[in-house]
Formats: sequence, C-alpha cells, structure tokens
Amino acid sequence: MTYGPHTAEDRAQMLRAIGVDSVDDLFADIPASLRSSGLDLPAPEAEVDLAARLSELAACNRVDLMSFLGAGAYRHFTPPVVDQLLLRSEFYTAYTPYQPEISQGTLQTIYEYQSLMAELTGMDVVSASHYDGATATAEAALMTCRATHRERVLVSRGVHPHYRQTICTYFAGASLVADDIPLVADGPDAGTTDLAALERLLADTDHPVAGVVVANPNFLGLLEPMAEIGRLTHAAGALFVSVVEPVSLAVLASPGEYGADIAAGDGQPLGIPLAYGGPYLGILACREALVRGIPGRLVGMTADIDGKRAFVMTLRAREQDIRRDKASSNICTNQALCALAAAIYLGALGPHGLRDVAALGAARASELETALAAAGAPRIHPGPYLNEFAVRVPDAAAVHSRLIGRGILAGVPLARLLPDEPTLADGLLVCATEVTTQAEIAAFAAALGDELAGSGRGATKQRGADR
Amino acid sequence: MVPKDLRYTKEHEWVRVEGDMATVGITEFASEQLGDIVFVELPEIGRTVTQFAAVGVIESVKAVSDLFAPLTGEVVESNSELSTAPELLNSDPFGKGWMLRMRVDDAAQVGALLDAAAYEALTSEA
Amino acid sequence: MTVADRLGPTIFERSRPGRGGGKVPHPPKDALSRIPAGNLREAAPRLPEVSEPELTRHYVNLSQLNYSVDTGFYPLGSCTMKYNPKINEWAARLNGFAALHPLAPDEASQGTLQLLWELEEALAEIGGMKAVTLQPAAGAQGELTGILMIRAYHRSRGETDRTEVLVPDSAHGTNPATASMAGFKTITIPSAPDGGVDVDAFRAALGPRTAAIMITNPSTLGLFEARLCELLDAVHEVGALAYMDGANLNAIMGRFKPGEAGFDVMHINVHKTFSTPHGGGGPGAGPVGVGEKLLPFLPSPRVLRASDGSFRLEGAAERPTSIGRVRAFVGNTGVLVRAYAYIRAHGGTGLCEVSDDAVLAANYLKVRVAEVLDVPFTRPCMHEFVASSATLKAETGIRTLDVAKRLIDYGFHPPTIYFPLTVDEALLIEPTETESLETLDAFVEALRRIVVEAHSDPELLHSAPHSSPVRRLDETMAARQPNLRWRAMTGVQMPCPD
Repeated sequence: MTYGPHTAEDRAQMLRAIGVDSVDDLFADIPASLRSSGLDLPAPEAEVDLAARLSELAACNRVDLMSFLGAGAYRHFTPPVVDQLLLRSEFYTAYTPYQPEISQGTLQTIYEYQSLMAELTGMDVVSASHYDGATATAEAALMTCRATHRERVLVSRGVHPHYRQTICTYFAGASLVADDIPLVADGPDAGTTDLAALERLLADTDHPVAGVVVANPNFLGLLEPMAEIGRLTHAAGALFVSVVEPVSLAVLASPGEYGADIAAGDGQPLGIPLAYGGPYLGILACREALVRGIPGRLVGMTADIDGKRAFVMTLRAREQDIRRDKASSNICTNQALCALAAAIYLGALGPHGLRDVAALGAARASELETALAAAGAPRIHPGPYLNEFAVRVPDAAAVHSRLIGRGILAGVPLARLLPDEPTLADGLLVCATEVTTQAEIAAFAAALGDELAGSGRGATKQRGADR
Repeated sequence: MVPKDLRYTKEHEWVRVEGDMATVGITEFASEQLGDIVFVELPEIGRTVTQFAAVGVIESVKAVSDLFAPLTGEVVESNSELSTAPELLNSDPFGKGWMLRMRVDDAAQVGALLDAAAYEALTSEA
Repeated sequence: MTVADRLGPTIFERSRPGRGGGKVPHPPKDALSRIPAGNLREAAPRLPEVSEPELTRHYVNLSQLNYSVDTGFYPLGSCTMKYNPKINEWAARLNGFAALHPLAPDEASQGTLQLLWELEEALAEIGGMKAVTLQPAAGAQGELTGILMIRAYHRSRGETDRTEVLVPDSAHGTNPATASMAGFKTITIPSAPDGGVDVDAFRAALGPRTAAIMITNPSTLGLFEARLCELLDAVHEVGALAYMDGANLNAIMGRFKPGEAGFDVMHINVHKTFSTPHGGGGPGAGPVGVGEKLLPFLPSPRVLRASDGSFRLEGAAERPTSIGRVRAFVGNTGVLVRAYAYIRAHGGTGLCEVSDDAVLAANYLKVRVAEVLDVPFTRPCMHEFVASSATLKAETGIRTLDVAKRLIDYGFHPPTIYFPLTVDEALLIEPTETESLETLDAFVEALRRIVVEAHSDPELLHSAPHSSPVRRLDETMAARQPNLRWRAMTGVQMPCPD
C-alpha cells in the first residue's frame, strides 16, 4: 500500500495474534446482505504520474489573467515566511489541542491569533476560528437571537449576497427570520444601507429585532455610516453585527470604535490563498458581555501546577461535546491552520506594513477609478470607498466575457451576484490591492476603452499582443 | 451526611422551606460530581418558575448541568455573590453557595420532594 | 536547551517599535486623503513589530512544543490521525489551484472544476450514494447540511410535524447539537449492553414525529451495527430518513457502502479518511452524499458537467428546491485537492487495503491492549476500539486521565479519553493503517509499564506528565478568570517566565 508500513509477514503476525485466518473474518459483523466487494475506482497511481496529472489539472485554470476581481476574496502578497512556517509538520499534522501539555505550540498561536484579531477589531473576545466569513456572519446573527431572546434579524443588502444566502440557510433550520434592509437608490448615499428604512424596520415592535447586520466596506465597496447604524440598533435594544474585511481595519474605524457588539468577517486576505473559495478563515469576535454565547473554541492563559505560564482551551461548557443539544453551535473542527497563517502574516507585516497594504490598495484603486472613468466606465456610486467599487459598463456581462479573451479578469458583473438589483445591471465590481500594478491598470483601461469604442469585438485572438 | 432539615430533589437540589419562602441550592454531592464550578446562570428576579423545569445553568470546567426549580413560584432573590465567586458552590454548597430564594405558590408541592433519608438513599446508590 | 526552555514570550512581548518592514512599498502620502476622517481609525491597532528572524524563531520554537502525527504515534480515537502524504501539500500549493479566485468564470476554472467533479464521483462510489456535495467545511457542517436537507424533504411532502431526531447516547456531541441547530428536538436513545444501538428502544421511539435517526457506523465504540438492516427498515417504515455519521469511514471502504445499505444521507470527514492534515484543529472538509430522495435539496451551487465534457457551477436560481448556500464559496477546495490526490494515489484497490489494514491493526492492538487493560467489547472491532481503566482504578485509584498523561512521558499522544460517554474510564484507541507493528508493540509496552507503575508508584502517575513542556494545567483558573487576549496596555498579564 502506498503509505502503509505493513509487510505480508507483519499482516500474518497480526492475524495470528488475533486468532483469525484472514482479514475477511474481522468484517463478519457486517450483515451478508449489506456487504460490498471493492470499489469501482481507477487503479492506484504512482506519485510521479499523479504529480503530472495534478500539474496538468492546475494548468487548466486561467490564473494568468490580470485580475481585478475581489467581491469577498482578495489577492494579496503573502510573504514566503508565512507558508514556510505553516509547513512545520508540528503545526499542520497536529489536531485540536485536547492534551494541552503537548499542544502549547498550537494553543499559544491561537491565543495570539485571538489577541491580534481583538486588536484589529477592537473587540474583547475572538473565537479560535469559524469556517469562513459567511458562516461566521450566520453564527453572529444566531448569537444575537440567543442573547436577546428575539427571533428576527435585519441584514443590510450591502452584505455580501453569499453571506446573506448563508444566513437564510442557517435561519431556515432554526425557524428564525432574516429581513433585508434595502440600499439607498440614488443621491450622495446611493449604495449604502438605507437608514430611514432601518428605522422603520426597527420600529415594528410586534417583531422585535435581535440584531442588525451591516458590512463595512459593504459588498459594493462603499463605506457605511456604522456609528449611526449602531446608535439606531442599540436604541431598539438590538445588537449590532459588523461584517469586516481585516486588512481594511488597519486604516478604517474598527467595530470597537463605532460600537459594534459582534464583528464577523473573512480572514482570507491575511495571507491565505484564494484556492477557489477555501479553506478560509471565519473571524468571529464580540464584546466581553457576550463571551458565554460565542460559539467556537476559545483559548485562555493560565498556569501549570508549577506556576509556569501556559495556555488551554477554556469555557468549554459552551461546546457541543459537553453541552450536546444545548450547545451554542455544532462546530467542532475549525480552521485553526488558517488562523495560524493569519497570525504569522500579521507578525510579518506588522502594524505599519498592514497599513501600507491597505493604503496602497486604496491608492491603486484611485488610479483604477481615474483610468476606468477615462475609458468610459465611471463609478456608479458617489460615496467614499477603500479599494473596491462598482463602475457602469453598458452590456457589462458581455464586455466582461470579451475582456477575458484579452487576458483581463474585469472584476465581476454585478448582475451575476445581485440579479435582483436592476439599478446595478450594468455594473462591474472591480478592486485593486497592493499587488495590482500600474501597468495592469493601464492595460485594463485600454482594453475596456477599446471594447466600449466598439473596436474590441473579435479581438479575442489578440491576447498575446495585448499583454 | 446531608442536613436533616432540608428537602431534596432527584436532580440534587436542596430546598429550605420557611413559610411560603424557599431557599434553593445544589447539594454537596452535586457539586462534587460537577467538579470545580466556574460559572452560574440564575433566573432573573421576578420570574415565575415551574416545579422541575430548568431555570438556570451550572458550569464546571468539563461539565454543565441545568438547575431545576424544585417548586412552582416566583424568584425573589438570587445569590449575586456567585457571579464573581462560583467556587462557593464547591466550598459551601449548603451555606454561602445558596442559589435563589423564591415565593412558593403551592405548599403542597413540598410533598413531592425527598426528605434527607430518601435523598441519602438515592446518592448512596449512585 | 531543553524543550521546556522554548516556552517563550508571546509575539507581543517580542515587539519593539521600529522592527520589521520591507514587505510592501510605502503608499503615496495622500493615499487615504479621499476618505472622510470619520471613517478612519482613530488609534492604530497595536500589532507586534518583529523582525523576520525573530518571527521565524518564535514560530519554530512554538511548533516544537507540539506533538503531531509527524512526531509520533497519535492514536486519538474517532479522529483517524493517519500519516499525511507530502505530495498532497505540494499539490494544494500548485499555483493553478492556489491562486484561482472563487468567482473566476467557469471557463477560467476548468482544472479545479474537473477535479471537484471527479472527487464527487469517487466519494459517491465509496459511499454508495447518488450524488455528493463538497461544500461543507467540516464534518459538523456536513451534518447540518444533511439534516437541513432532511428538513426540506419532509416539508416538501407537507410533513411539518416531523420535529424529532433520534440519536444514540454514544453519539458524538455534534449530532444532537446539529439537530438543535436545524430546529429539531433530539431524542436520546440508550445503547444496548453489547455496545450497539438498541433497536427495540429505537423502534419504540420511532413514529410520525420522527424526522430522522443519526447513526455513527461503525459506532463510536468501533463496532459495526450488526442489526442495521432491521433498524433501517423500521426507520423507513415510519417515513423517517436515516443519516449516517461517516466519521468512521476509514474502517469500511470497499466492504460496506452506506447508500446501498439504505442510508439516505451521510457525511465524510476528508481530514480523517482521506488524510488531509488536521492543522491543529482544522481546516477539514465534510462532503455529504445523498440518495435519490434528497437529490433535489443539495446545497447550491453544484458542480455540473456539460455534454461537451466541460464543467460549470450551477447558477443561483437554477434549482429552487435546494436548501441554498451553506457557505460563501464552493468548498474548502485546497483541502479537497489533497483528498483527491490521496484517492488517486491509492485507487480503488488501495483504499480497500487502507480499510483492511486499519481494521487489522486495530484488532491486533485490541488483543494486545487486553493483556494490560480492560477491553469491554470482545467481538471484532472495526478501525478503533474502547479500552477502560475501570479495573485499574478499582485496584489502584489510577484513572484513565492519569494513564493518558503518563503516556505522554513515554512519547505517545494519548488516545481519546472519557468518550464515548457510555463506557466508564474509557480510552478510545485508533491506531490507523499507517503505524508499523513495532510502533503498536511499543505502545502496548508503555501501557504495560504504566500499569506496573500504577501499583508501585501511583503518585508518579497522578502528577504525570513529567517530560512535557508544561505540566498539568489549572483549567479552573482559566475558566473562572478568563484571559482570552493579550492586552498590551493594561499590564494585567502574567509576565513571561524568562
């Protein structure tokens, strides 16, 4: 067997010790009518052939495109030290630190991750990790219902549509209600959460609101009036959930500063590869008052019997293995290695480096805005943004598709993700980060200008020349 | 050796009935079974509770247990000291570790509780 | 330097203003000037400032405080801590896989889509299921996905009164927790004396209110449910569905296909059976296989193959019966690449051999462990078995916890302890197929010596471990006065010992 150590003699020796003639005897408990014989799968493949197969599959993915795509997952530079350290066997081949005496490495790194994320979010308590931003947000919404004994949350339509759909999936099971807060349709605040609508929704005292969920920056890249939303939310006795992008927190006001009770988000931008959607890092953080209701593992500092500082999983009675059907969540396996990646990334960048990443993304995005506007694709919304924004492009989906032929991944057509927002039907959501180059911006603007001028049709075969 | 003047439940609560008032806690047996108690969640004052319904939570490092109301009535006081010193449930379960005081609706319900001898018999089986 | 000396300062204590830098260029000074001041942060986050050499030493030293599969024997029952082939790590890091954006158009994602589609097919064959979704991020999320599909199935038939999920008392805590999350009431069914599910007790509890049963098979005791046919018939007779917790799939590949046997839905822990690394707690992945009845309810989007052989993700509104999304994007793809590599490396015959060897090793170890500890269930086990220190405790006062902690001194990771809850002083031992006979024998030898020590020097065991970086921890203090984050400015920390 490929990775097994047993020789024929080993197997024979084990069978003798057990006192059976063949391995088949060990499966005697399987009722005869339920037994199957073998698997209809391809033959084993030697590593050299497997490596070739995998390389070939990987090469079928077009990661060569110049990408301006964000929309919930972001391309960043990951210092090589991150991956090098993650590949320490002692980290990635260990499991949940059930035996703290021989798991101090994992435990201390989780404690440090909690601390780093608490600094970024301005929160007191950070769970050791959730699956991704969407499930962390759904868990945050469930937390508000448990904490307030209310059954309805309000979710801004500025929250990532996939997150909103995930909340709906989770809420359907629990028979809870998630209502949308619309976005402002036009004017200076277009594309941000409609505060008047929020007030109306909160005023429905027959259906009291447990929590209000708003993203900053929102899905359209816009900055939301978080302090005001928090004030309205708290006035109605509800809890305020802020959905955040962690790199932005180097420069943007933190949930702690504007009064959020819970922060959720995806830690993928912190040194975790895009990898077609996962594994990512669900960030879930809250104020101290909610600590008994936060789902997921927590690591705390303590001492051993000699008084030596040490770390251990704590407040375990919240969890499924102890509280079973009354647990705060069913989560067990989490995304610990991704949390470690984020912690190493933050250590490698430091506070100034992280600020530079965020600010450089903002600077590149300004340049992108200017270049695209000059090419005929102006921003749709007037409000402030950090590094992602929507532009208006006639026949956006077709243009997006033709630009791929020119080697450019022009963000994502908003109609694909927000089919129910007709005012955004001609929108492309684009983003820039510190790895976006000025040459790429120029190439994108030129190709887009070309397309919009009508000369781009049939240009799909010129990819090489364009790059 | 449990106090003779108290009544008990099968869920290991003790009850001191004085007129229409009752003081409730958990027994030493329960606190030993749970181990080091780290957190207690008590019902809010004024809440009406029903006999044998879960009204609170007791957490130790590696276990969790519901607190059941031994009698029907209204909660009039809870031991606020337990929020900062849950260890009182381990060190003095029948005394400083009392959990709540309630006004009892129906004194006849006391008859459904165990006396000290019956409770001792219950715990010696366990 | 001994290992204990590596217990060092936190990354915050290593910080000195001005250290680090050089990773990205400085932005123009006016980069943020277009953003209103009210949206900006008042105080910069107090992240540590360390140089790369210090950062590297910090994490390398911390890593050395861990025990891992690559360190030694890790017989943690129900977790399947087998060796993680290194080619899988290499594969997941191929730029074509790692750099692909989850919203990249289908035409730009054909390599990954093909891999996911082939993996779904392989897992469906292994589970005997009609189709598989790869979306769930972990076993517990797979359970939630499965139970939400069961909920949708009953509702689609107008049977909204089915509000109960039956779970045996030996189940993982995730089962009842999942049932609650999905809005069901958990009914706990006691186990039979032979460790199996009590079919009669199940039968008595089954009825028009039953939505589903959740069964771990092989069970958490490492036993195959011998009366499975009867149980599944009874479940389907009352119109309920059967969920199989596939945590223990490593025992049965090629021998038993849950879908063919009549289970309607199961999850698979790829970080167990298919050897994706456990990562200190995750990430894993928890694909879910379904039979005919639940096909319409699979989460969206599914990976589809067109008639021309190309692949695509299902559109948002394409299948209104779907329970919807269970996460932001299509799956823990990086983990799934590793699982795919593992399955291709082994092929069908190799996977059968994996299960055969896992069961063989567990039965061998069970016979050997029975020389020194109680082994309550004597019939052949599957890939793991339960031992117990009940007799040892009665004779010496030494508990399973002490045995486990002393195993650390002998260089082994302890088994899962005090689980399942149905066995007194339990040790759940899972050797996996990748441990050599010499390792298994050395483990038994360590247990033998521990039992001798329990009689001759019990204090040595009560105070174990003695060789680990730290000794037993004050978990009570950790829970009574939780310190869950470093507070740079408040000075309430316990300072670093050096």
